Amino acid sequence: MTTLLEVENLSRSFGGLVAVKDVSFSLRAGRITALIGPNGAGKTTCFNLVAGALKPTSGRVLFEGRQIDNSPPETVCRMGIARTFQIVRPMREMSVLENAMIGAFSWTRNVSEARSKAYESLESVGLAAKAHARTDQLTLPDRKMLETAKALSTRPKLLLLDEVMAGLRPTEAAGIVGVLQKLAEGGLTILLVEHVMRIVMEVASRVVVLHHGAKIAEGPPGEVVADPKVLESYLGAGFHV
Amino acid sequence: MQKKFDRGVERTRWLAGITVFAVLGLVGLLANPYVISLMTIVLLFTFLGQSWNLMLGIGGQLSIGHALFVGLGAYSVGVLYVRYGISPWVGLLTGMILAGSVGASIAWLSFRFEVRGIYFALLTIAAAEFARIMFSGWEFVGAMQGLFFPAPSGGIEISMLRGDARFYYFVALALAALGIIGTEFISRSYLGYVWRAMRDDESAARALGVRTFQHKILVISLSAAMAAAGGGVLALVQGSIFPDSIMGMGLSVDVLIGPVVGGLGTTFGPLVGSLAAIPLNHLMSALGDSLRIPGLNNITYGVVLISVVWFLPDGIWPAIVRLCKAIQAPPTAWLWHSRKVEE
Repeated sequence: MTTLLEVENLSRSFGGLVAVKDVSFSLRAGRITALIGPNGAGKTTCFNLVAGALKPTSGRVLFEGRQIDNSPPETVCRMGIARTFQIVRPMREMSVLENAMIGAFSWTRNVSEARSKAYESLESVGLAAKAHARTDQLTLPDRKMLETAKALSTRPKLLLLDEVMAGLRPTEAAGIVGVLQKLAEGGLTILLVEHVMRIVMEVASRVVVLHHGAKIAEGPPGEVVADPKVLESYLGAGFHV
Repeated sequence: MQKKFDRGVERTRWLAGITVFAVLGLVGLLANPYVISLMTIVLLFTFLGQSWNLMLGIGGQLSIGHALFVGLGAYSVGVLYVRYGISPWVGLLTGMILAGSVGASIAWLSFRFEVRGIYFALLTIAAAEFARIMFSGWEFVGAMQGLFFPAPSGGIEISMLRGDARFYYFVALALAALGIIGTEFISRSYLGYVWRAMRDDESAARALGVRTFQHKILVISLSAAMAAAGGGVLALVQGSIFPDSIMGMGLSVDVLIGPVVGGLGTTFGPLVGSLAAIPLNHLMSALGDSLRIPGLNNITYGVVLISVVWFLPDGIWPAIVRLCKAIQAPPTAWLWHSRKVEE
């Protein structure tokens, strides 16, 4: 399998605080990888570095062999990396469908082409029936899925998901897990930042664990949860799946 | 099913637009000179308001210095015509290019250094004031004494854009129609979608691949060019140009009253707002004169503006549409609905 994204010795500090320290990992095409760790571990910073929303202090990010860490977010998106936001950010005054159309304008200027892509994205996350609703009429899980649909409209090769399951009930989360698995089967590579361990175990084929900004473990979920360092710093001794 | 519905909405929408402009056309043919001159100003400010509406209501960029662009348009027409006898058509084009470039430069400088939002708005005021002071001391453009167009000969000269009050009424009507159709067209194109996304959440839009830097410059220079075209015609209608009135803060405020009162970001807002606000101002001004209450117009104007902002914060037009929806009057209900959701 080919490597889609490579993160090499990535560091980022804010003033004196080192949020991400010398982190390296790579993403295989067509897989779901999870980035986990306790609060303040640097997951979101790491995520923003990959998405181009932040510039690294040192280190590199390579996407399909090209260095992207100096590119602004819109360029990163046009290269094939789409992201969602941890706090959902629908464009308030636009309908669900219109929200999902924006991403398509990164590769087309044809409005009806964008509209059919938007329907397709909404379809794949199960929101097609609510296409003409206003975004403030959506429930939280629907809004999270709208974020994903917006990102999918950009035709990404890599999808970055920032805590899409946070604040959801288990049944709602299960629905999202199904959507993600289907997307990965379709060949999409996914990196998700996630708190809910049960979901990580279920969907991710690889897990990267951050603690105090540094990577402390990486591997298949089964191995990672057995790692004493991970147990001590994050999951807590006596964690059982 | 959706498609069929869309076509019906489309037809009604066109029908209503044509009706409104047919009525305005009849006004131009039948009304007395006072109404004609008042309505000319209303229509010009509909167009100017539309330019401002495009920038804030769709593009999300606030300008409180639109007088700069209006003034550049006015002076381009005035200087070329009065000093060199060059047709105002050329003046209008020059003004649009000039204002568009100035707008683009201000935007480029501002956004290059991450000056945005309210700070960008302050920068537009500064630029307008700078230009006003510069033009006030510049002999070539008439300085404080202003620039005067020769009195019209009476006949209508389309090539020189000269004619009587009725002629200018129809010029203003054509501009207002162009402004409305143009906004509608842009609003439905990919630019409209991308600009509204940028207005609602800039960083989210960037994450979806929108090159907001370029789009902000584009929307501002387009708005500036429109404002310049309106300014050029305004100068011809008034027959004179003074820096304090054409480039002053007062004009910047007059430009934004139509869309704010009528409904920000809507296609018909600037027209409705100008129709409501400008005649009221004139009426109260006349009433104040005859009752010997100086400033009556300003007081009334202020009270009405505060009431609109207080009771109808999204403007008169959306309120009318809501009312029609409430009493089940589909002929107008679709207008707003289609504006907000899908065509």
